[in-house]
Amino acid sequence: MATRGSSSAIRVIDHTGPAPRRGPWETATVVDVRAETANAKTFRLALPHPSMHLAGQHYIVRLTAPDGYTASRSYSVASPPDGSAEIEITVERLKDGEVSTFLHDEVMPGDALEVRGPIGGWFVWRGDTPALLVGGGSGVVPLMAMLRLSRRAGRSDLLRLLVSARSPADLYYAGELPGPETTIVYTRAAPPSWPRPAGRINRGDLPAPIAPDATMYVCGSPGFADAATELLTGTGIPANRIRVERFGPTR
Amino acid sequence: MRFTRGFRGRGQGTRDSRLPPGQYDVGSAWPVLTAEPTPKLSTESWKFTVRGLVEQPTTWTWDQIHALAPASFEGDIHCVTTWSKLGVTFSGVSVDTLLAAARPLPSATHVLALGHTGYTTNLPLEDVTDGKAWVVWDYEGRPLPVEHGGPARLLVPHLYFWKSAKWVSGLELMNHNESGFWERNGYHDHGDPWLEQRYQGD
Repeated sequence: MATRGSSSAIRVIDHTGPAPRRGPWETATVVDVRAETANAKTFRLALPHPSMHLAGQHYIVRLTAPDGYTASRSYSVASPPDGSAEIEITVERLKDGEVSTFLHDEVMPGDALEVRGPIGGWFVWRGDTPALLVGGGSGVVPLMAMLRLSRRAGRSDLLRLLVSARSPADLYYAGELPGPETTIVYTRAAPPSWPRPAGRINRGDLPAPIAPDATMYVCGSPGFADAATELLTGTGIPANRIRVERFGPTR
Repeated sequence: MRFTRGFRGRGQGTRDSRLPPGQYDVGSAWPVLTAEPTPKLSTESWKFTVRGLVEQPTTWTWDQIHALAPASFEGDIHCVTTWSKLGVTFSGVSVDTLLAAARPLPSATHVLALGHTGYTTNLPLEDVTDGKAWVVWDYEGRPLPVEHGGPARLLVPHLYFWKSAKWVSGLELMNHNESGFWERNGYHDHGDPWLEQRYQGD
């Protein structure tokens, strides 16, 4: 707490000293907004410095009203660690979501947003160990950062990704997801040519394990996360190899 | 402070004074934000242990802990992800009652709360004594649902809710601070919501 105020003071008056410790909140500039689906948008944010995030981590976005009222929410980073100062977050528009509806309905390129991050040291993949990723709905976002990292590094062999979406219209990153390492499951409506009928994920959807010591990353709603972890533990995978990130019904 | 263009917030003038800074009232919802698979624990084999720097390491079974003096909490809980839940009731046993049986040594200054899943979270001893912490198994008069930590969880409502370890299996008393699971993964060591001690460096 104390360092937050003093670091900004140092930044102004001490040009010759060591680099000041960054305060936790920084101002990012929105450089691009694009729709992923009818109710999900990706925001590309330019930070004041290269992002140090790991695949799977999240940033917090804080909105401040003229009377000082603030609202903040966490959003997973979808872009891979690439040394650049730009990150992408994908935001699902939640009914009555105080922050998500504002981001969807008001924010445009050129806007400034206060952000803080990266946050989280558990649900992260560093790009050098075998992993099975299972995501439902918007739960694919942190897994997308992992997939992109693996492809960027030429290590797609380390990852398998199973994604569950309600229908093709609800699939995030539809143009980029498909590949030899990904399996897409539709729960409500599948395309006519799809090899698998629509339905909830089941044991047959799980990719063959790529290594006996692979780490499992499960992300989605509490219901999806519990169903997915039960599938995994049902195949004999110990619970301590499964990392879970649940999205609560937060507004 | 930097204002966000176009953002006015909601409910101006009606903000509940029970909400710490940066928190919002989640209403009747209760988000589940666990980092591990939900364990299935049987109350027949359930145990709770107080160990470490105590005169009398003590283990209770489900029936034994229920035979202790009952205690309830009525108040508010606050999650670091910014939701708060106001006016909730939990019932179980006070941590004071458990420590009275195990008798902490004078050298004990901290506790590491342990979960049946391997989850850990650290607390200064003074944050779990004098009526500030409970082991609870009822929520609003009904058994605590498993996704919320049932059959029993720790309850330390004056700190962010990750300190209230789900599926709690015991307390280890220590003579030093040792970071727990989230505390090793970027979250604040203490976690006072009124001071917004959310992340390391706050």
